[in-house]
Amino acid sequence: MPDLKQLHTAIVDGDAKKAVEVTKAALAEGAKPLDLIQGYMIPAMDAVGKLFEEEEYFVPELLLSGRAMRGAFDLIRPLMVAQGVEPTGRVVIGTIQGDLHDIGKNLVAAMLEGAGFEVYDLGADVKPEAFVDTVKTKNCNIVAMSAMLTVTMPKMKTTIEALKAAGLRDKVKVMVGGAPISQAYCDEIGADAFSDTASGAATQARDIMVAHKVGAQFAEKGDKTLAGLAAAGKGAK
Amino acid sequence: MSKENIFRTLAVNSPKELLFGYAPKPVNCGFDLTIGNGTVFPEVNFTLPTMNVDAATWPEVVAHYEEMATNILKRAVAMKVPGIVLEFEQLPQMTQTPEWGAEITALLERHLKQAYEKYGLKGACRCTPADIRGPAGVKGVKPVMRHGELWEKLNRSFDLCIQAGADLMSIESIGGKEVHDEGLMYGDVRAIVFGMASLSCRDMKWLWSQISEKCEKSGHTVPAGDTACGFANTSMVLAYQKLLPDVVAAVDRAMAGARTLKAVENGAKGPSKDCGYENPIVKAVSGIPISQEGKAATCAHFSHVGNISASMCDLWSNESVQNVRLLSGNAPEAYTELLAYDVRLMNIANSHKQGHIFQSWMVESDQNVSAIGTILTPEAVFAIGKAIVAKDTDYARTIAAGQAAIDIIQASVDKKNLTLGKKELQWLERLHKEFANLPKDENELAEEIVGTLGHLFEPESYGLKVAVAAR
Repeated sequence: MPDLKQLHTAIVDGDAKKAVEVTKAALAEGAKPLDLIQGYMIPAMDAVGKLFEEEEYFVPELLLSGRAMRGAFDLIRPLMVAQGVEPTGRVVIGTIQGDLHDIGKNLVAAMLEGAGFEVYDLGADVKPEAFVDTVKTKNCNIVAMSAMLTVTMPKMKTTIEALKAAGLRDKVKVMVGGAPISQAYCDEIGADAFSDTASGAATQARDIMVAHKVGAQFAEKGDKTLAGLAAAGKGAK
Repeated sequence: MSKENIFRTLAVNSPKELLFGYAPKPVNCGFDLTIGNGTVFPEVNFTLPTMNVDAATWPEVVAHYEEMATNILKRAVAMKVPGIVLEFEQLPQMTQTPEWGAEITALLERHLKQAYEKYGLKGACRCTPADIRGPAGVKGVKPVMRHGELWEKLNRSFDLCIQAGADLMSIESIGGKEVHDEGLMYGDVRAIVFGMASLSCRDMKWLWSQISEKCEKSGHTVPAGDTACGFANTSMVLAYQKLLPDVVAAVDRAMAGARTLKAVENGAKGPSKDCGYENPIVKAVSGIPISQEGKAATCAHFSHVGNISASMCDLWSNESVQNVRLLSGNAPEAYTELLAYDVRLMNIANSHKQGHIFQSWMVESDQNVSAIGTILTPEAVFAIGKAIVAKDTDYARTIAAGQAAIDIIQASVDKKNLTLGKKELQWLERLHKEFANLPKDENELAEEIVGTLGHLFEPESYGLKVAVAAR
């Protein structure tokens, strides 16, 4: 069995090659996928997140760590799927119709992937119908939209209305962000969460999924009140 | 297509010749306006408030532009500005429906004509269609730059806006951005260089030779210039937010100088566009007048270079402001007054032959605050310009500009003028090594990038031939 601390170090250092190499060897030696994830990979990404928050890491270091994490996770994913384990969550993300400014959205998508989400990135200039179709076909938990222009941000509301019309609004949480977007605008259009930073968006998505899963557990036990409270938890209405 | 005019020497003999208001090759345009002949003018850039832009709201859109043009010109007359440029930066929908962009262009021209006839206000309208080619940023779709419906719409937008009377034509072109963005996000210096030097420079040559030809044929519209907004402004704004190293953004900015120069080498006459903070390099090399934005553009975005960016400008801009109500009046009108005061100071300084003193304050106040400031002094842009013209190919010129910036930043750090944190110094060290290891042969880097990032772009979209084996 390789020294699994190397997996932690490889992810923190953004060394995808090493992360894959250690994971491969560990799985061959019979390491349990969940142990690798919970014992080394998630703590490594937490450490990376802390370094980023403390301005020790810039975005490139953060994303390279995310890439290393994904490299390792790609080896583990088939084993998890075989065991019926779900990803952290499924997100459909895109820059809103009429808007071509997508680098902020790309950052959020990369950070979500690094945090273990299955991300369906529709790119820029995304029509409301495309968000709706992806939620339907990929069973997404979160719709994440970005806008850079004041004249395109109204399309966020249009997209939320399209989700409502398709009967999907209660099944997903809607996150919004971008230079002209504020918490007030998020509230005004009936979105669930707003973040003005890419790392904040990833944290909120994780909070949403935690609340979602806790809510589902209460619902399973028949406690609708607690289920509702959990679903309205931190980062989401 | 017209022949490319490659600059082999600088247009100025020393950094001292780089001063606000003065350009070696002034431009006459619009309603009796001469830019770069000793006077700085305000360039007001304005946009809509939060609203949908579609057929149903179009009358409301037009009403906003009527209101903005009326208010801006009213304020310009009240402030007794020596002249003014109105910039109409089109929203994507206005280029998607080229008739819309042309309608607003004609509207602004009508207002400028009235102000000229009634008050003698000299002026011009800069029309900037949105670069809608691509489609940009659509996951899994490689941008198509040289044909297709989107290019045809953009091309038609240039034609209709010229017919509508546009005085100055610009664009913030985006060719190569798909690779450059990826490079910035992952700190991949080779991708950044390739996106800028190989893809973007090729796209600029292809695009600007056509824009210039259209403008020349019109006999009225001046092909003004481009900006690396989608490139070096992306890195600058990310660096300001501490998301990217400042030194990377500074080197990116210097390389953008070689890239934005391509417009001039292919017929652009200036004034180059406001958000191109690399424009002083372009001015040093080509002699064209430039527009700049800085401290008066905080309505649009923040930066560390709000004063120094004015030090060599010929037009002084606010970048973009929404038509929203403030206590004084609507924001575009308020920003017109702000810009009018700024240019009045610059012009007074020049009228007393003290422009260089005022310039030195602008420069000194910003130059050691950030690495970007360090490479935007008159001396620095002169040195970067010299590095560019000393090389023969766009690839070599872009790299030379980046290397010159690295050397300037290092010298400033060594002299303890510029203070960088530990992480920034590590990145500076890395940039030294990465630039030293860049292939001399552009094809070598092209083959490498096609191998690693070939899923993002189509070499043929840039007229780039890459060995089949590498693909």
